[in-house]
Amino acid sequence: MSFCPNTPEDVREMLAAIGAASVDELFAPIPAELRAKSFDLPEGVSEQELRRQMQELARTDRTVTPFIGGGYYDHHVPAAVDHLSGRAEFYTAYTPYQPECSQGTLQALFEYQTAICRLTGMEVSNASLYDGGTALAEAAMMALRITGRNRLLIDGSVSPFAREIVRTYLRNLDVEIVEIAPKDGAIDRNALAAHLTDRTAAVIFQNPNFFGTVEDLSDLAEAAHAKGALLVASVYPISLGLVQSPGAMGADIVVGDGQSLGNPLSFGGPSFGFIATVKKYIRNLPGRIIGETVDRNGRRGFVLTLQAREQHIKRHKATSNICSNQSLCALRGLLFLASVGREGMVELARLNRDKAEYAKGLLGKIKGVRLLNAAPTFNEFTLVLPGDAAAATERLLAKGIAAGVPLGAYYDGMANCLVVTVTEKRSRSEIDLLARELEGAL
Amino acid sequence: MKLIFEKSVAGRRGLKLPVADVPRAAELPENLARKEPAGLPEVSELDLVRHYTNLSRRNFSVDTNFYPLGSCTMKYNAKIIEDTTAFFAGSHPMTPLLPGGEALTQGSLALIHGLGGLLSEITGMDEVTCQPLAGAHGEMTGIMLIAAYHRAKGNRKKYVIVPDSSHGTNPASAAMVGYEIITIPSAPYGDMDLDAFRAAMNGEVAAVMMTCPNTLGLFNPHIREICDIAHEHDALMYYDGANLNAILGKVRPGDVGFDVIHVNLHKTFGTPHGGGGPGSGPVGVKKGLIPFLPGPRVVQQDGAFALEREQPESIGRVANFFGNFGVMAKAFAYILMLGREGLIEVSEQAVLNANYMMSRLKGHFDLPYEKSCMHECVFSASRQLKNGVHAIDIAKYLIDRGYHPPTVYFPLNVKEAIMIEPTETESKETMDAFIAVMKEAAEMAEKNPAALHEAPVTMPVSRLDETKAAREQNVCFGPW
Ligand SMILES: Cc1ncc(COP(=O)(O)O)c(C=O)c1O
Repeated sequence: MSFCPNTPEDVREMLAAIGAASVDELFAPIPAELRAKSFDLPEGVSEQELRRQMQELARTDRTVTPFIGGGYYDHHVPAAVDHLSGRAEFYTAYTPYQPECSQGTLQALFEYQTAICRLTGMEVSNASLYDGGTALAEAAMMALRITGRNRLLIDGSVSPFAREIVRTYLRNLDVEIVEIAPKDGAIDRNALAAHLTDRTAAVIFQNPNFFGTVEDLSDLAEAAHAKGALLVASVYPISLGLVQSPGAMGADIVVGDGQSLGNPLSFGGPSFGFIATVKKYIRNLPGRIIGETVDRNGRRGFVLTLQAREQHIKRHKATSNICSNQSLCALRGLLFLASVGREGMVELARLNRDKAEYAKGLLGKIKGVRLLNAAPTFNEFTLVLPGDAAAATERLLAKGIAAGVPLGAYYDGMANCLVVTVTEKRSRSEIDLLARELEGAL
Repeated sequence: MKLIFEKSVAGRRGLKLPVADVPRAAELPENLARKEPAGLPEVSELDLVRHYTNLSRRNFSVDTNFYPLGSCTMKYNAKIIEDTTAFFAGSHPMTPLLPGGEALTQGSLALIHGLGGLLSEITGMDEVTCQPLAGAHGEMTGIMLIAAYHRAKGNRKKYVIVPDSSHGTNPASAAMVGYEIITIPSAPYGDMDLDAFRAAMNGEVAAVMMTCPNTLGLFNPHIREICDIAHEHDALMYYDGANLNAILGKVRPGDVGFDVIHVNLHKTFGTPHGGGGPGSGPVGVKKGLIPFLPGPRVVQQDGAFALEREQPESIGRVANFFGNFGVMAKAFAYILMLGREGLIEVSEQAVLNANYMMSRLKGHFDLPYEKSCMHECVFSASRQLKNGVHAIDIAKYLIDRGYHPPTVYFPLNVKEAIMIEPTETESKETMDAFIAVMKEAAEMAEKNPAALHEAPVTMPVSRLDETKAAREQNVCFGPW
């Protein structure tokens, strides 16, 4: 089964037109000694059998009630998102290199860029990057280019995964990365100030951070700007229904992961990364950008623009190597935002926060349990348990509850800490059950 | 068509949210609270559905049009494969990272491990990581692995060699990892100039990035020799396997002497392109490079799948979690469904279709490299240019006739390139009809070039002013 339509008669006619005796002859340019030594794969299967095999494999995954986040969040995906992004005109198209027959994708991505700008309070956005972590690495590289400096300060409460990606991306370049250890789940402003100099290219934060803490970054933006450094903020888009936009706080580059905007958990991908900045830095943005223009008759239309930044024109001098991005996931992000809408986004964020605050109240009252800090949080918060959080998590997991992310693996001295996430999908009774079970597991 | 923002009506609502079953929380402190809701659209669900359904109709796509876009492998994406991935949509990627969590995600981990194994066998490599999120991301990961290899050996390396016909991502990816680029010109016969390559090779070269067949659709008969020369200088051979459609079951880059490869699941392995992504760019390596692979690696221990926690020499993560899992699941299903025979049929039919296209069109367009091609062929509109007709004019005419044009902006070493990749899923009739229209375009270039300059005239927009777009940089609808 290979979806090849040519009949034996077609093949004969085609070979005759080519002037070849057999299909094998077409492979004659490949010397015999270079032919495959092995190709040991299973026999193909029917559609029906494939469905059975895939279903069986998926069934061996056990479902749990997720109070976990770590950058990926269990949010409701509106039905319209699946149906519209499931239109084959969208998902079986290529990159819109020929704009006249790609206005569907191009206009949708222009709308996406608009939605991202409005959500983040920034002026320009590209048409998506791979994911939140790689977007942060791209933002860091962008800041290095803009400032011509080679030092980065990164707050330790940025997701450990994202920090690892930044380190991986920059390891082979002449860049110094200083990580500022967080204090009680928040930014250590004194330590940061001590390291911020006029050689710093950027200071990098996440808001809400990995512990769930929400902070005002305005003073940090001012401090960075005073030294000629940029402020890069990674944000959780759902929080922006309630939390002040990073643009209003003074961020120069804003990134984040778009999974929470209409993309299923899907074991970690695909989602999309977004990146937005101020207009003066547009030429330093990585990746594709859609721009508005007119056709020969003066009608509005959309095209890929500022392509002279990109690899297919600039090759090794491009702002990034990215070619394919996560277009369809970005479209899903747009569909999500348009479906939830202006007021809905506030309500959705509130619903998340209300549930998390309810959970925080219950869990924080368990004997021996306290909150890591009293700072405001959005839909995640960190508990300090009386004992090892990993052990408690494991006990609850056996009961089908993923109670949170224990921090011992990511932060020294935080083995008793547990980050709990509560999205709008968790019901009061699920939260009540979590509280009872956690109490029992301590 | 209006933008969704222009259809917005204050107070109109789309999605209905659930009623809270918990008390209302206190407001965020003033300095943290958003002052104004974000200016998102206010539309009903029907507004939304109609808007995007109508927008989608302004796209060409594989399901609606023949899409012979060279280097992009726009093959048919089977519907059953779309369906099967939905089975995995609910798995949270943090679960296996929790203590005891691996046992709960055996299906997803088995899929990642299984896909890696299948791709290893297909490419002749020893291990594959599926973490990279697209082809270019795979290239960058592969070059990082090579950098780690040289660092571990104490090698001092500075350069990466690429042929001038290479895809733009190759030099861009190597540059992202800090290497300087040496570009080798193509010889008159279309392959990388062997003498120029020999002359450029030195002890400071970290890697040579190639693809074979190259972007001209030509298989380089000296490929083994090139690998040997590189290895003599302890440079590693990198294979751009974005497109394996020509060599499935015929050649394995690992057997030929390549050390690192990336493959694009969204080209060869039948996963849709999504209007530009998501893709997936797994990277395969030979044994010596396994310790450097990005973590967490999925391994099989005592019959169960697990994440390897200790990888001291790993380059580190290149993505949030395990890669574009949903895309990987589609490729896995595709390989299972086609199986050994089916995949061999893919390369045979892809090469047959491309050669047929080449033989039927070669009297009408110049063929810069007159050899039998592999899965794609590259013509040049240089003959048509004498009448002022560029490859892009022919491309625009094809749009009017209902065809997505071939690739015309690449490869850069062919003037007025027209790069055609029919893929194996297209029938002879479809190609015959396309060939007839191509011939028509060649005739029009002689008789009525002005009409080609006007094209397209049947689309929602005619040719767009790209200079204006670049000058005005209007990339976000305002005011807000
Ligand atoms: C030969 C070749 N290499 C690399 C790439 C890059 O792949 P991606 O777009 O997935 O990053 C492509 C795709 O455009 C390609 O055709």
